[in-house]
Amino acid sequence: MSILVIAEHDNAHLKPGVANTIAAAAKIGGDVTVLVAGHECRAAAEAAARIAGVSKVLHADAPHYRGFLAEKLADLVVSIAGGYSHILAPASGFGKNFMPRVAALLDVAQVSDICAVESADTFVRPIYAGSALATVQSKDRIKVVTVRITAFDAAPAGVSAAPVESIAAAPDSSLTEFLGQELTKSERPELTAARIIVSGGRGMGSAENFKLLEALADKLGAAVGASRAAVDSGFVPNDYQVGQTGKIVAPDLYIAVGISGAIQHLAGMKDSKVIVAINKDAEAPIFQVASYWLVEDLFKAVPELTAELSGQ
Amino acid sequence: MKVLVAVKRVVDPNVKVRVKADGSGVDTANLKMAMNPFCEIAVEQAVRMKEAGVVSEIVAVSVGIAQCQETLRTAMAMGVDRGILVETNAEIQPLAVAKIFKAIVAKEAPRLVIMGKQAIDDDCNQSGQMLAALLNWPQATFISKVTINGEAAEVTREIDGGLENLRLKLPAIVTTDLRLNEPRYVTLPNIMKAKKKPLEVVKPEDLGVDVTPRLATLRMQEPPKRSAGVKVADVKELVAKLKNEARVIG
Repeated sequence: MSILVIAEHDNAHLKPGVANTIAAAAKIGGDVTVLVAGHECRAAAEAAARIAGVSKVLHADAPHYRGFLAEKLADLVVSIAGGYSHILAPASGFGKNFMPRVAALLDVAQVSDICAVESADTFVRPIYAGSALATVQSKDRIKVVTVRITAFDAAPAGVSAAPVESIAAAPDSSLTEFLGQELTKSERPELTAARIIVSGGRGMGSAENFKLLEALADKLGAAVGASRAAVDSGFVPNDYQVGQTGKIVAPDLYIAVGISGAIQHLAGMKDSKVIVAINKDAEAPIFQVASYWLVEDLFKAVPELTAELSGQ
Repeated sequence: MKVLVAVKRVVDPNVKVRVKADGSGVDTANLKMAMNPFCEIAVEQAVRMKEAGVVSEIVAVSVGIAQCQETLRTAMAMGVDRGILVETNAEIQPLAVAKIFKAIVAKEAPRLVIMGKQAIDDDCNQSGQMLAALLNWPQATFISKVTINGEAAEVTREIDGGLENLRLKLPAIVTTDLRLNEPRYVTLPNIMKAKKKPLEVVKPEDLGVDVTPRLATLRMQEPPKRSAGVKVADVKELVAKLKNEARVIG
């Protein structure tokens, strides 16, 4: 078996999910090669070489890989796919965007968002917002797989660095032009990498009220998340969204504030180690998954909690 | 400009599904069905573009059993001009959906295809990207904004950490995210009007598409349940539990 892992990075640093994806590759078993494609991304390629279990890093550098557009990445991956039995990427916004394109160009299925590896061709994946776990077997010659990174512990740093080999870029398809990104500026940790997350729902009532959660998050060194209802109501940007159609998280501590607990939200956070729910509705379904729950008005409880944590 | 939209019939998102006792699948018998929410957003976008004079005709396409006609009628009640059902009782996986749509695109020659980013039943998030690959068209997934500007579509995408702006050469494929729009409710007069709109039924074989599944589902199971939690009386008790029992804060 020979596995190709496509690394997500920002040209300077690898995203945390890369080490988890490499861990999933290790469970399949076989030789693991990592592809780092970007523009002036040598540092990211060298970082990938230092993860345990990586036998080689392929480094493709070209101006048209800035922005990591699906058309261009897919063409590159397909150009080198022939030698591999598996192609893996994190099931993040990055992986979801280009991996199905790779699969279709290879005329193979994609197995999306796997949470367990049963064997080299059999994987477990959640469906219906995690209401069911399906065990699926791929009959294709190349398995194209995206990995739920919260389901695999990150591979550790290796004892020695794997070799980094430069490879030629694929031609620029020029179907799509990258105009730019507007990234949310925040001093807080990224949602998918945070150890603690403070998340708000419709009960927050307004964008202004999210400041209460931000104060609590800053006290805990936490990231701020939200339910789909809070995004729909325009309280916070979409990249805060935790749930079936947003981000999947599994921090050590998840504090759900003013979130009723729709199945679509639970799908994104129920694998958190400890869940705290604060809601004034004693019947809120979120309490069914909470490790600790407090029936109280959030506008009283959250400032109290922030003050209590400051008092130590 | 002609637009193609994809609509999938799924279990209503407010209904909780259960795994069958024998683990052979999910029990969907007698459950309320609805249009996939991201497909509704796709339909709404096409209708708004038609209302703005950017689009001349909207064709909705669904793949599945005969009852998917109801989903197409809903799309027509929202403002779609006509529907095509690719009728089959077989299990249709995303690669097969993409191949079917490729065949329909060859017949209909749209300038833009709008699809939902993900169906809320299989949660695959694949078909739009796969169709773009098969056609060698540009793609923009998870869009929150689209503007047609001559021979290009300018889009804003939802990405992890913020937004991304792209310009795609038409023809192109976009997939919808939540904030693109808020779909309208269908009205009774529009439901009546939709009944008179053309709805063509074809089979995958008519399109020359092989829909054989590539993935075999071996079994299904319920996810593990979380153990019951503890109700705390106040914030002080909560902090004490988090520090001394769960040990997740210092």
